[in-house]
Amino acid sequence: MQTSTLVSAEDKRWRLIRATMRRHGFAANALIETLHTVQEAFGYLDEEALRYVAKELRIPLSRVYGVATFYNHFAMKPQGEHHCVVCLGTACYIRGGSRVLEAIEKAAQVKAGETTPDKKLSLLVARCVGLCWLAPVALFDDEVASEATPEEVAQKVGEWVDHVSS
Amino acid sequence: MYLPEDELQRIDEEERLLKGQYKHHIHVCLGANCLNAHSAQVLSALETEAKARGLEKVCSVTGGGCRGLCVAGPTVTLEPDNVLYGKVQPNDAGDIIASLGGEPVERLNRPTDNPFFMRQQRIVREMEGRLNPERIEDYIAAGGYKSLLKALNEMTPAEVINEITRSGLRGRGGAGYPTGLKWKTVAKARGEHKYVICNGDEGDPGAFMDRSVMDDFPHRLLEGIIIGAYAVGADRGYLYVRAEYPLSVKRLQLAIRQAQKQNLLGNNIAGTAFNFDLQVRVGAGAYVCGEETALIASIEGKRGQPRPRPPYPAESGLWGYPTLINNVETFANIGAIIRNGSAWYASIGTEKSKGTKVFALTGTVSHSGLIEVPMGTTLREIIFDIGGGIPDGRKFKAAQTGGPGGGCIPEQYLDLSVDFESLASVGSMMGSGGLVIMDDRTCMVNVAKYFLEFCKSESCGKCIPCRVGTAHMFDILDKITKGEATLDDLTLLEELCDTVKHTSLCGLGQSAPNPVLSTLRFFRDEYIAHIVDHVCPAGVCEFEKEAVR
Repeated sequence: MQTSTLVSAEDKRWRLIRATMRRHGFAANALIETLHTVQEAFGYLDEEALRYVAKELRIPLSRVYGVATFYNHFAMKPQGEHHCVVCLGTACYIRGGSRVLEAIEKAAQVKAGETTPDKKLSLLVARCVGLCWLAPVALFDDEVASEATPEEVAQKVGEWVDHVSS
Repeated sequence: MYLPEDELQRIDEEERLLKGQYKHHIHVCLGANCLNAHSAQVLSALETEAKARGLEKVCSVTGGGCRGLCVAGPTVTLEPDNVLYGKVQPNDAGDIIASLGGEPVERLNRPTDNPFFMRQQRIVREMEGRLNPERIEDYIAAGGYKSLLKALNEMTPAEVINEITRSGLRGRGGAGYPTGLKWKTVAKARGEHKYVICNGDEGDPGAFMDRSVMDDFPHRLLEGIIIGAYAVGADRGYLYVRAEYPLSVKRLQLAIRQAQKQNLLGNNIAGTAFNFDLQVRVGAGAYVCGEETALIASIEGKRGQPRPRPPYPAESGLWGYPTLINNVETFANIGAIIRNGSAWYASIGTEKSKGTKVFALTGTVSHSGLIEVPMGTTLREIIFDIGGGIPDGRKFKAAQTGGPGGGCIPEQYLDLSVDFESLASVGSMMGSGGLVIMDDRTCMVNVAKYFLEFCKSESCGKCIPCRVGTAHMFDILDKITKGEATLDDLTLLEELCDTVKHTSLCGLGQSAPNPVLSTLRFFRDEYIAHIVDHVCPAGVCEFEKEAVR
């Protein structure tokens, strides 16, 4: 099913995207900057947006798709209402970051990089959030959970996701 | 008649007058780490409290930079009393304001006469905690942009390059290439345009030195970049910042606008014929973009995949034009070298590694945070004097330097001097400055597996040794940590290390085997214990199957 983000001249979000392209003179090298604006405006990159950007910047759709999927920052699916980011930097890892991640995956029944079916929660993994002395760290939306234990995080996630265990 | 040096002088004097009105200066750290600990709320609570007591004309409350002691965040610095408060909460504001001019608030007070502060030497982080990063006036009043005017008005580009060459400065991104030599190559290259790129794609886990330079000293970075552009004859430049650092992006963009307004960027800079346009480009979450040719591809709007060198970017870089690429910390050193002279800079550090290095000291160490020490300082001094040693009475096991491509240095090398050559001699590398301390609860096989997982995921997929090799190495390490590997697997792992190291296209693949090689060199018994005895000496790995004896 195609999500409806019809390219309309009145929608401010599309005007923002056009403004980014205009600032760069609709040059092909504006692709990444434009995709950043699309993601800021819509929260993710859908097929319609990719086609639109490809047409406007006169880049083959295959290259636009190649760039969009190469970079981890770009989301190709709608994101959940809440975000949980588990840090797996070196300091967090050696202090049990992966056990924190496992606990959240189990509690929310979702894998890292995915969103729960009810769109309540997106679970992400960070390479390092630079809060190493609080390790292991998890971010719930923008709130920092320091020296996180698997039990704490599981409880926190439980508050966001109402589960019908199947 | 307008004279740029008079303009800087005027701003300097105005600042002194403005600052002179206040008896007390309160600087609240608004670095990324303290902001995470709600330092913005602390700042507004202090402002409210100062107003409530009618002291807003006596004490100024500003967002200062960071003091490096991240573990104590949010931190607040009082001047002129030189008092440092740590773990400050908004409801401490009343006590802090009430104590001004008297005894410091005991429960918040953090002594600054200890090795953490006394043993550091600051060039890149000079004036730390005392500059508001969002005001160009603060930087100018601290002598900022004078080096740029000196370079433009009193030195030829060749003289600037000679000065940098004589200083002995080497690239701080990790490889340690002589900066002066790189600048000379770009200056000599022919091109209709030349570009300068500042590599702010700091991706190593446990490394946040460059973020702090961009967040806390954006103008020091700009000044270095502009001097670099003048020296090599570049007219355009990009600051490539990773997407994970939105605060850096915001502050750099603000700094660029401020510098343009003061005619320190743009056309006819400071009344000379030199034009230089600088823009920020935001990365999109690809570790490999820290590699210079991949970074260039990313600025061109393409997938961030490296290409073979030569040609080096110095000859053919962005859009085929000669391009100077340096790391953030490298550029942040330039202003001080021009101001104080190459002889001064060359007097700091060791014979081959000059100046200072900023490290992000993390892991199991008491004083986590950002430190800047002269090259040649020993690991022992860094970890046990400055870092305050290993907490909880645990025992030191290894220091990991150089990020995912670096190595683990064991106890017997604690007296090793930290410089480019010494670190390489024990199978590690300087890298960009991440320094992760590990205690005896750490399994070194598991650490190697962690870094291989990182490299496997971040491999761009262009060359086979890296794409397939790192995945295969990870699989073997995974088997070892599960007690499913044989000694033949270990032999195969060592062969793969050799192949991946010597045949990969770029630095990511070439250095990916280092964590394995260095842990094998110093902790081989741990590998054997996993494989033969099905035991994890550190008690980290869990085995499903019992050892067959």
